[in-house]
Amino acid sequence: MKTMQYLKDVVTLQLNRDKCTGCMMCITVCPHEVFQFKDKKAFIQNRDQCMECGACAKNCPEGAISVRSGVGCAAGILNGLLKGTEASCDCSGTGSDCC
Amino acid sequence: MNKKYIIGTVDTVVGTVNQISTLWSSSDLWSTIKVRWSTGRMNYSVKQGLYAIGTPNADSDIFVSANYKLSFDHLRRALHGMNAWVLVLDTKGINVWCAAGKKTFSTENIIKSIKNTSLEQIIKHRKIIVPQLGAPGVAAHEVKEKSGFSVIYGPVLACDIKPFIENGYKATPSMRKVNFTLKERAKLIPVDLMYGKYKLMIAIGVILILSGIDKTGFSFSRIIETGSFSVCSVLWAYIAGIVITPLMLPYTPFRAFALKGAIWGTVSTLVIKQFFNVSNLNFIALGFFSISIASFAAMNFTGSSTYTSLSGVKKEMKWSIPLQIAFAAIGIILFIISKLV
Ligand code: SF4
Ligand code: SF4
Repeated sequence: MKTMQYLKDVVTLQLNRDKCTGCMMCITVCPHEVFQFKDKKAFIQNRDQCMECGACAKNCPEGAISVRSGVGCAAGILNGLLKGTEASCDCSGTGSDCC
Repeated sequence: MNKKYIIGTVDTVVGTVNQISTLWSSSDLWSTIKVRWSTGRMNYSVKQGLYAIGTPNADSDIFVSANYKLSFDHLRRALHGMNAWVLVLDTKGINVWCAAGKKTFSTENIIKSIKNTSLEQIIKHRKIIVPQLGAPGVAAHEVKEKSGFSVIYGPVLACDIKPFIENGYKATPSMRKVNFTLKERAKLIPVDLMYGKYKLMIAIGVILILSGIDKTGFSFSRIIETGSFSVCSVLWAYIAGIVITPLMLPYTPFRAFALKGAIWGTVSTLVIKQFFNVSNLNFIALGFFSISIASFAAMNFTGSSTYTSLSGVKKEMKWSIPLQIAFAAIGIILFIISKLV
Protein backbone atom coordinates (compact mmCIF):
# COMPACT_ATOMS: atom_id res chain seq x y z
CA MET A 1 0.00 0.00 0.00
CA LYS A 2 1.34 3.40 -0.85
CA THR A 3 2.08 5.86 1.91
CA MET A 4 -0.92 7.86 2.93
CA GLN A 5 -0.44 11.50 2.16
CA TYR A 6 -1.83 14.45 3.99
CA LEU A 7 -2.33 18.00 2.71
CA LYS A 8 0.20 19.38 0.25
CA ASP A 9 2.58 22.28 0.83
CA VAL A 10 1.73 23.06 4.41
CA VAL A 11 4.63 21.79 6.50
CA THR A 12 7.13 24.15 8.09
CA LEU A 13 10.19 21.93 7.69
CA GLN A 14 13.41 23.76 6.68
CA LEU A 15 16.87 22.36 6.09
CA ASN A 16 19.97 24.52 5.87
CA ARG A 17 22.29 22.36 3.81
CA ASP A 18 25.25 24.68 4.42
CA LYS A 19 25.27 23.69 8.09
CA CYS A 20 24.77 19.97 7.42
CA THR A 21 27.74 17.71 8.06
CA GLY A 22 26.07 14.57 6.79
CA CYS A 23 25.85 12.70 10.10
CA MET A 24 22.61 11.04 8.92
CA MET A 25 20.90 11.42 12.27
CA CYS A 26 17.85 13.05 10.71
CA ILE A 27 17.50 10.13 8.34
CA THR A 28 17.66 7.72 11.27
CA VAL A 29 15.01 9.38 13.40
CA CYS A 30 12.46 10.41 10.77
CA PRO A 31 9.47 8.05 10.82
CA HIS A 32 8.34 9.04 7.33
CA GLU A 33 11.45 8.87 5.15
CA VAL A 34 11.36 12.59 4.49
CA PHE A 35 15.14 12.88 4.11
CA GLN A 36 17.56 11.28 1.74
CA PHE A 37 21.30 11.30 1.58
CA LYS A 38 22.55 13.19 -1.44
CA ASP A 39 26.06 14.53 -2.17
CA LYS A 40 27.21 13.62 1.38
CA LYS A 41 24.47 15.71 2.93
CA ALA A 42 20.85 15.40 3.93
CA PHE A 43 18.22 16.40 1.41
CA ILE A 44 14.46 16.90 1.81
CA GLN A 45 13.03 14.32 -0.54
CA ASN A 46 9.42 13.91 0.58
CA ARG A 47 8.38 17.17 2.16
CA ASP A 48 4.65 16.46 2.10
CA GLN A 49 5.14 13.31 4.16
CA CYS A 50 6.51 15.27 7.10
CA MET A 51 4.22 15.17 10.14
CA GLU A 52 6.13 17.89 12.02
CA CYS A 53 7.12 15.63 14.89
CA GLY A 54 10.35 17.55 15.38
CA ALA A 55 12.61 14.51 15.83
CA CYS A 56 15.01 15.58 13.09
CA ALA A 57 15.46 19.13 14.33
CA LYS A 58 15.91 17.93 17.91
CA ASN A 59 18.57 15.42 16.92
CA CYS A 60 20.55 17.43 14.40
CA PRO A 61 23.79 18.23 16.18
CA GLU A 62 24.48 21.12 13.81
CA GLY A 63 21.12 22.81 14.22
CA ALA A 64 20.62 22.63 10.47
CA ILE A 65 16.93 21.75 10.63
CA SER A 66 13.98 23.77 11.80
CA VAL A 67 10.34 22.77 12.00
CA ARG A 68 7.43 24.08 14.01
CA SER A 69 6.63 20.86 15.77
CA GLY A 70 3.44 19.84 17.45
CA VAL A 71 0.69 17.28 17.37
CA GLY A 72 -1.43 17.09 14.24
CA CYS A 73 -4.57 16.44 16.20
CA ALA A 74 -7.86 18.25 15.71
CA ALA A 75 -9.14 17.56 19.23
CA GLY A 76 -5.91 18.90 20.66
CA ILE A 77 -6.02 22.05 18.58
CA LEU A 78 -9.66 22.65 19.55
CA ASN A 79 -8.81 22.16 23.21
CA GLY A 80 -5.97 24.58 22.83
CA LEU A 81 -8.22 27.16 21.20
CA LEU A 82 -10.89 26.84 23.86
CA LYS A 83 -8.46 27.02 26.75
CA GLY A 84 -6.14 29.52 25.11
CA THR A 85 -3.14 27.21 25.37
CA GLU A 86 -0.95 25.32 22.93
CA ALA A 87 -2.49 22.40 21.11
CA SER A 88 -2.24 19.39 23.36
CA CYS A 89 -3.47 15.95 22.56
CA ASP A 90 -4.86 13.47 25.03
CA CYS A 91 -3.31 10.89 22.76
CA SER A 92 -5.48 7.96 21.95
CA GLY A 93 -2.33 6.19 20.89
CA THR A 94 -0.19 5.67 17.86
CA GLY A 95 -0.82 2.04 17.19
CA SER A 96 2.89 1.47 17.15
CA ASP A 97 3.54 -0.26 20.40
CA CYS A 98 3.38 -3.69 18.93
CA CYS A 99 3.11 -5.80 15.87
CA MET B 1 -2.15 -2.55 40.65
CA ASN B 2 -0.81 -6.06 40.79
CA LYS B 3 2.78 -6.55 39.72
CA LYS B 4 2.78 -10.14 38.55
CA TYR B 5 5.38 -9.26 35.94
CA ILE B 6 8.04 -9.01 38.66
CA ILE B 7 9.36 -12.53 39.10
CA GLY B 8 12.50 -12.10 41.16
CA THR B 9 15.58 -9.99 41.73
CA VAL B 10 19.05 -9.76 40.26
CA ASP B 11 22.11 -8.64 42.23
CA THR B 12 24.24 -5.76 41.01
CA VAL B 13 27.14 -3.80 42.49
CA VAL B 14 24.70 -1.20 43.80
CA GLY B 15 22.01 -3.52 45.12
CA THR B 16 19.19 -5.65 43.80
CA VAL B 17 17.17 -4.93 40.68
CA ASN B 18 13.73 -6.34 39.99
CA GLN B 19 13.66 -9.11 37.43
CA ILE B 20 10.64 -9.09 35.10
CA SER B 21 8.88 -11.75 33.11
CA THR B 22 8.84 -11.74 29.32
CA LEU B 23 5.51 -13.51 29.28
CA TRP B 24 2.12 -11.94 29.60
CA SER B 25 -0.14 -13.16 32.36
CA SER B 26 -3.89 -13.18 31.97
CA SER B 27 -4.09 -9.94 33.92
CA ASP B 28 -1.64 -8.29 31.51
CA LEU B 29 -3.84 -9.38 28.65
CA TRP B 30 -6.93 -8.15 30.45
CA SER B 31 -5.39 -4.76 31.16
CA THR B 32 -4.41 -4.50 27.48
CA ILE B 33 -8.01 -5.01 26.49
CA LYS B 34 -9.21 -2.52 29.08
CA VAL B 35 -6.66 0.02 27.92
CA ARG B 36 -7.92 -0.25 24.36
CA TRP B 37 -11.50 0.36 25.40
CA SER B 38 -11.27 2.96 28.07
CA THR B 39 -10.50 6.62 28.01
CA GLY B 40 -9.00 6.70 31.49
CA ARG B 41 -5.87 5.00 30.33
CA MET B 42 -3.44 7.18 32.17
CA ASN B 43 -3.44 4.98 35.27
CA TYR B 44 -1.77 2.04 33.64
CA SER B 45 1.72 2.95 34.65
CA VAL B 46 4.79 1.05 35.74
CA LYS B 47 7.17 2.29 38.41
CA GLN B 48 10.17 4.07 36.92
CA GLY B 49 13.62 2.59 37.42
CA LEU B 50 15.82 -0.24 36.24
CA TYR B 51 14.55 -3.77 35.56
CA ALA B 52 16.30 -6.96 34.55
CA ILE B 53 15.28 -9.36 31.79
CA GLY B 54 16.85 -12.79 32.37
CA THR B 55 20.20 -12.47 34.13
CA PRO B 56 21.94 -9.49 32.59
CA ASN B 57 25.51 -8.47 33.45
CA ALA B 58 27.70 -5.41 33.02
CA ASP B 59 27.92 -5.95 29.26
CA SER B 60 24.20 -6.42 28.54
CA ASP B 61 22.13 -4.09 26.41
CA ILE B 62 20.00 -1.37 27.97
CA PHE B 63 16.58 -0.63 26.52
CA VAL B 64 14.83 2.58 27.48
CA SER B 65 11.04 2.60 27.81
CA ALA B 66 8.17 4.81 28.90
CA ASN B 67 6.27 3.85 32.03
CA TYR B 68 3.06 3.32 30.09
CA LYS B 69 2.10 -0.26 30.85
CA LEU B 70 1.40 -1.22 27.24
CA SER B 71 4.76 0.05 25.96
CA PHE B 72 6.48 -1.75 28.84
CA ASP B 73 4.54 -4.97 28.19
CA HIS B 74 5.37 -5.00 24.51
CA LEU B 75 9.02 -4.33 25.19
CA ARG B 76 9.46 -7.08 27.76
CA ARG B 77 7.65 -9.55 25.54
CA ALA B 78 9.92 -8.62 22.63
CA LEU B 79 12.99 -9.28 24.79
CA HIS B 80 11.96 -12.86 25.53
CA GLY B 81 14.93 -15.18 25.89
CA MET B 82 17.48 -12.39 26.22
CA ASN B 83 19.54 -11.02 29.07
CA ALA B 84 19.08 -7.29 29.09
CA TRP B 85 18.30 -4.24 31.17
CA VAL B 86 15.19 -2.13 30.84
CA LEU B 87 15.34 1.48 31.99
CA VAL B 88 11.84 2.80 32.57
CA LEU B 89 11.41 6.57 32.54
CA ASP B 90 8.64 8.33 34.38
CA THR B 91 6.47 9.60 31.54
CA LYS B 92 3.33 9.92 33.68
CA GLY B 93 1.98 6.68 32.26
CA ILE B 94 1.95 7.96 28.69
CA ASN B 95 3.33 6.07 25.71
CA VAL B 96 6.71 6.86 24.17
CA TRP B 97 5.45 8.80 21.17
CA CYS B 98 3.03 11.04 23.05
CA ALA B 99 5.43 11.48 25.94
CA ALA B 100 8.14 12.57 23.51
CA GLY B 101 5.70 15.13 22.13
CA LYS B 102 4.91 16.34 25.62
CA LYS B 103 8.61 16.31 26.53
CA THR B 104 8.32 13.92 29.44
CA PHE B 105 10.20 11.34 27.41
CA SER B 106 13.14 13.69 27.15
CA THR B 107 16.87 14.27 27.22
CA GLU B 108 16.67 15.52 30.80
CA ASN B 109 14.57 12.59 31.97
CA ILE B 110 17.00 10.08 30.45
CA ILE B 111 19.99 11.77 32.04
CA LYS B 112 18.20 11.90 35.39
CA SER B 113 17.23 8.22 35.23
CA ILE B 114 20.78 7.20 34.33
CA LYS B 115 21.99 9.00 37.45
CA ASN B 116 19.22 7.78 39.74
CA THR B 117 19.76 4.13 38.87
CA SER B 118 23.58 4.37 39.10
CA LEU B 119 23.76 2.92 35.64
CA GLU B 120 27.38 3.98 35.26
CA GLN B 121 28.39 1.65 38.08
CA ILE B 122 26.24 -1.30 37.04
CA ILE B 123 27.19 -1.27 33.37
CA LYS B 124 30.57 -1.20 31.69
CA HIS B 125 29.57 -0.03 28.22
CA ARG B 126 28.13 3.39 27.44
CA LYS B 127 25.24 2.74 25.08
CA ILE B 128 21.50 2.91 25.55
CA ILE B 129 18.90 1.80 23.05
CA VAL B 130 16.05 4.30 22.82
CA PRO B 131 12.89 3.67 20.81
CA GLN B 132 12.96 5.75 17.66
CA LEU B 133 9.53 7.17 18.39
CA GLY B 134 11.07 8.86 21.45
CA ALA B 135 13.32 10.95 19.21
CA PRO B 136 11.07 14.06 19.14
CA GLY B 137 11.84 14.48 22.86
CA VAL B 138 15.43 13.30 22.97
CA ALA B 139 18.53 14.99 21.58
CA ALA B 140 21.01 12.13 21.25
CA HIS B 141 24.03 14.41 21.14
CA GLU B 142 22.98 16.13 24.38
CA VAL B 143 22.47 12.85 26.21
CA LYS B 144 25.98 11.85 25.17
CA GLU B 145 27.45 15.16 26.23
CA LYS B 146 25.80 15.25 29.64
CA SER B 147 25.75 11.58 30.66
CA GLY B 148 28.43 9.92 28.60
CA PHE B 149 25.93 7.44 27.18
CA SER B 150 25.44 7.23 23.40
CA VAL B 151 21.89 6.91 22.21
CA ILE B 152 21.21 4.24 19.62
CA TYR B 153 17.76 4.58 18.15
CA GLY B 154 15.98 1.24 18.03
CA PRO B 155 13.16 0.20 15.72
CA VAL B 156 9.67 1.70 15.76
CA LEU B 157 8.09 -1.63 16.68
CA ALA B 158 9.23 -3.61 19.71
CA CYS B 159 8.89 -6.84 17.76
CA ASP B 160 11.68 -5.71 15.42
CA ILE B 161 14.19 -5.57 18.28
CA LYS B 162 15.67 -8.99 17.60
CA PRO B 163 16.15 -8.41 13.85
CA PHE B 164 17.55 -4.99 14.79
CA ILE B 165 20.19 -6.61 17.03
CA GLU B 166 20.98 -9.25 14.41
CA ASN B 167 21.46 -6.42 11.95
CA GLY B 168 24.28 -5.02 14.10
CA TYR B 169 22.16 -2.56 16.09
CA LYS B 170 21.03 -0.80 12.96
CA ALA B 171 17.39 -0.28 12.10
CA THR B 172 16.69 -0.91 8.44
CA PRO B 173 14.61 1.72 6.60
CA SER B 174 11.50 -0.41 6.99
CA MET B 175 12.05 -0.71 10.76
CA ARG B 176 12.29 3.07 11.00
CA LYS B 177 9.15 3.81 9.10
CA VAL B 178 5.79 4.28 10.74
CA ASN B 179 3.12 2.47 8.82
CA PHE B 180 -0.53 2.82 9.39
CA THR B 181 -2.07 -0.48 8.46
CA LEU B 182 -5.69 -1.47 8.54
CA LYS B 183 -5.02 -3.47 11.69
CA GLU B 184 -3.44 -0.52 13.46
CA ARG B 185 -6.25 1.79 12.45
CA ALA B 186 -8.81 -0.73 13.65
CA LYS B 187 -7.14 -1.02 17.05
CA LEU B 188 -7.62 2.69 17.67
CA ILE B 189 -11.33 2.69 16.98
CA PRO B 190 -12.61 1.51 20.39
CA VAL B 191 -10.97 4.39 22.22
CA ASP B 192 -12.19 6.88 19.65
CA LEU B 193 -15.70 5.48 19.82
CA MET B 194 -15.78 6.12 23.55
CA TYR B 195 -14.12 9.48 23.16
CA GLY B 196 -17.05 11.28 21.57
CA LYS B 197 -19.81 9.55 23.51
CA TYR B 198 -21.02 12.65 25.33
CA LYS B 199 -21.10 14.78 22.21
CA LEU B 200 -23.02 12.00 20.51
CA MET B 201 -25.54 11.83 23.32
CA ILE B 202 -26.07 15.57 23.09
CA ALA B 203 -26.64 15.35 19.32
CA ILE B 204 -29.13 12.52 19.79
CA GLY B 205 -30.85 14.40 22.60
CA VAL B 206 -31.27 17.53 20.49
CA ILE B 207 -32.64 15.62 17.55
CA LEU B 208 -35.02 13.62 19.77
CA ILE B 209 -36.45 16.71 21.40
CA LEU B 210 -36.92 18.33 18.00
CA SER B 211 -38.65 15.18 16.77
CA GLY B 212 -41.43 15.87 19.23
CA ILE B 213 -42.50 19.14 17.63
CA ASP B 214 -45.16 19.71 15.04
CA LYS B 215 -47.74 22.30 14.09
CA THR B 216 -49.80 21.58 17.16
CA GLY B 217 -46.99 21.80 19.64
CA PHE B 218 -44.90 19.18 21.35
CA SER B 219 -45.66 15.63 22.34
CA PHE B 220 -43.59 12.80 23.72
CA SER B 221 -45.45 10.13 21.83
CA ARG B 222 -44.46 11.79 18.56
CA ILE B 223 -40.82 11.36 19.50
CA ILE B 224 -41.31 7.63 19.47
CA GLU B 225 -43.25 7.68 16.18
CA THR B 226 -40.88 9.86 14.19
CA GLY B 227 -37.64 9.84 16.11
CA SER B 228 -36.28 6.52 14.93
CA PHE B 229 -35.05 7.70 11.53
CA SER B 230 -33.40 10.70 13.13
CA VAL B 231 -31.67 8.71 15.82
CA CYS B 232 -30.49 6.10 13.34
CA SER B 233 -29.11 8.78 11.04
CA VAL B 234 -27.17 10.48 13.80
CA LEU B 235 -25.84 7.23 15.20
CA TRP B 236 -24.72 6.05 11.79
CA ALA B 237 -23.20 9.41 10.95
CA TYR B 238 -21.08 9.05 14.06
CA ILE B 239 -20.09 5.51 13.13
CA ALA B 240 -19.36 6.66 9.57
CA GLY B 241 -17.00 9.28 10.93
CA ILE B 242 -15.31 7.23 13.63
CA VAL B 243 -15.31 3.69 12.31
CA ILE B 244 -15.80 3.66 8.54
CA THR B 245 -13.64 6.66 7.66
CA PRO B 246 -10.54 5.40 9.51
CA LEU B 247 -10.94 1.90 8.12
CA MET B 248 -11.38 3.17 4.57
CA LEU B 249 -8.80 5.93 4.93
CA PRO B 250 -6.56 5.11 1.96
CA TYR B 251 -9.49 4.24 -0.29
CA THR B 252 -11.48 7.41 0.28
CA PRO B 253 -10.86 10.38 -2.01
CA PHE B 254 -9.56 13.72 -0.71
CA ARG B 255 -6.68 14.29 1.68
CA ALA B 256 -8.58 16.31 4.25
CA PHE B 257 -10.17 14.16 6.96
CA ALA B 258 -13.19 16.45 7.17
CA LEU B 259 -14.00 15.71 3.52
CA LYS B 260 -13.42 11.99 3.86
CA GLY B 261 -15.84 11.99 6.80
CA ALA B 262 -18.40 14.05 4.87
CA ILE B 263 -18.39 11.47 2.09
CA TRP B 264 -19.12 8.61 4.46
CA GLY B 265 -21.70 10.69 6.29
CA THR B 266 -23.52 11.19 2.98
CA VAL B 267 -23.31 7.52 2.10
CA SER B 268 -24.62 6.44 5.47
CA THR B 269 -27.64 8.76 5.34
CA LEU B 270 -28.46 7.56 1.81
CA VAL B 271 -28.31 3.95 2.95
CA ILE B 272 -30.41 4.51 6.05
CA LYS B 273 -33.08 6.33 4.07
CA GLN B 274 -33.82 3.03 2.30
CA PHE B 275 -35.15 1.60 5.53
CA PHE B 276 -37.46 4.43 6.51
CA ASN B 277 -40.39 6.16 4.95
CA VAL B 278 -39.60 9.84 5.47
CA SER B 279 -40.33 13.06 3.67
CA ASN B 280 -37.70 14.51 1.37
CA LEU B 281 -37.31 17.60 3.51
CA ASN B 282 -36.81 15.53 6.61
CA PHE B 283 -34.24 13.44 4.78
CA ILE B 284 -32.33 16.46 3.49
CA ALA B 285 -32.34 18.01 6.95
CA LEU B 286 -30.90 14.86 8.50
CA GLY B 287 -28.43 14.66 5.64
CA PHE B 288 -26.96 18.06 6.49
CA PHE B 289 -26.85 17.23 10.17
CA SER B 290 -25.24 13.84 9.57
CA ILE B 291 -22.59 15.16 7.21
CA SER B 292 -21.62 17.68 9.83
CA ILE B 293 -21.34 15.00 12.52
CA ALA B 294 -19.44 12.52 10.34
CA SER B 295 -17.07 15.19 9.14
CA PHE B 296 -16.32 16.41 12.65
CA ALA B 297 -15.94 12.90 14.01
CA ALA B 298 -13.60 11.92 11.19
CA MET B 299 -11.48 14.98 11.75
CA ASN B 300 -10.84 13.81 15.28
CA PHE B 301 -9.03 10.83 13.89
CA THR B 302 -6.20 13.15 12.84
CA GLY B 303 -4.93 12.78 16.40
CA SER B 304 -4.70 9.02 16.10
CA SER B 305 -3.39 8.92 12.58
CA THR B 306 0.34 8.75 12.27
CA TYR B 307 0.91 11.09 9.38
CA THR B 308 -0.93 14.37 9.93
CA SER B 309 1.02 17.53 10.69
CA LEU B 310 0.05 20.37 13.01
CA SER B 311 0.14 22.87 10.15
CA GLY B 312 -2.01 20.62 8.00
CA VAL B 313 -4.67 20.00 10.63
CA LYS B 314 -4.81 23.70 11.46
CA LYS B 315 -5.31 24.53 7.82
CA GLU B 316 -8.02 21.92 7.47
CA MET B 317 -9.85 23.07 10.59
CA LYS B 318 -9.86 26.68 9.46
CA TRP B 319 -12.31 25.98 6.68
CA SER B 320 -13.97 22.81 7.89
CA ILE B 321 -15.17 23.83 11.34
CA PRO B 322 -17.21 26.82 10.07
CA LEU B 323 -18.66 24.54 7.40
CA GLN B 324 -19.50 21.84 9.92
CA ILE B 325 -21.24 24.37 12.13
CA ALA B 326 -23.13 25.76 9.11
CA PHE B 327 -24.20 22.28 8.01
CA ALA B 328 -25.41 21.42 11.50
CA ALA B 329 -27.33 24.69 11.72
CA ILE B 330 -28.92 24.27 8.27
CA GLY B 331 -29.80 20.70 9.20
CA ILE B 332 -31.52 21.72 12.41
CA ILE B 333 -33.41 24.60 10.78
CA LEU B 334 -34.61 22.41 7.90
CA PHE B 335 -35.54 19.73 10.40
CA ILE B 336 -37.71 22.13 12.37
CA ILE B 337 -39.30 23.39 9.15
CA SER B 338 -39.97 19.82 8.03
CA LYS B 339 -41.84 19.28 11.29
CA LEU B 340 -43.96 22.42 10.92
CA VAL B 341 -45.10 22.11 7.31
S1 SF4 C 1 9.61 16.63 11.65
FE1 SF4 C 1 9.46 14.42 11.93
S2 SF4 C 1 8.39 13.70 10.10
FE2 SF4 C 1 9.12 15.77 9.65
S3 SF4 C 1 11.06 15.46 8.66
FE3 SF4 C 1 11.49 15.75 10.83
S4 SF4 C 1 11.54 13.71 11.67
FE4 SF4 C 1 10.59 13.54 9.66
S1 SF4 D 1 21.14 15.55 11.35
FE1 SF4 D 1 21.77 17.60 10.68
S2 SF4 D 1 23.94 17.42 10.25
FE2 SF4 D 1 23.14 15.34 10.40
S3 SF4 D 1 22.65 14.80 8.28
FE3 SF4 D 1 20.79 15.62 9.16
S4 SF4 D 1 20.84 17.80 8.68
FE4 SF4 D 1 22.88 17.02 8.34
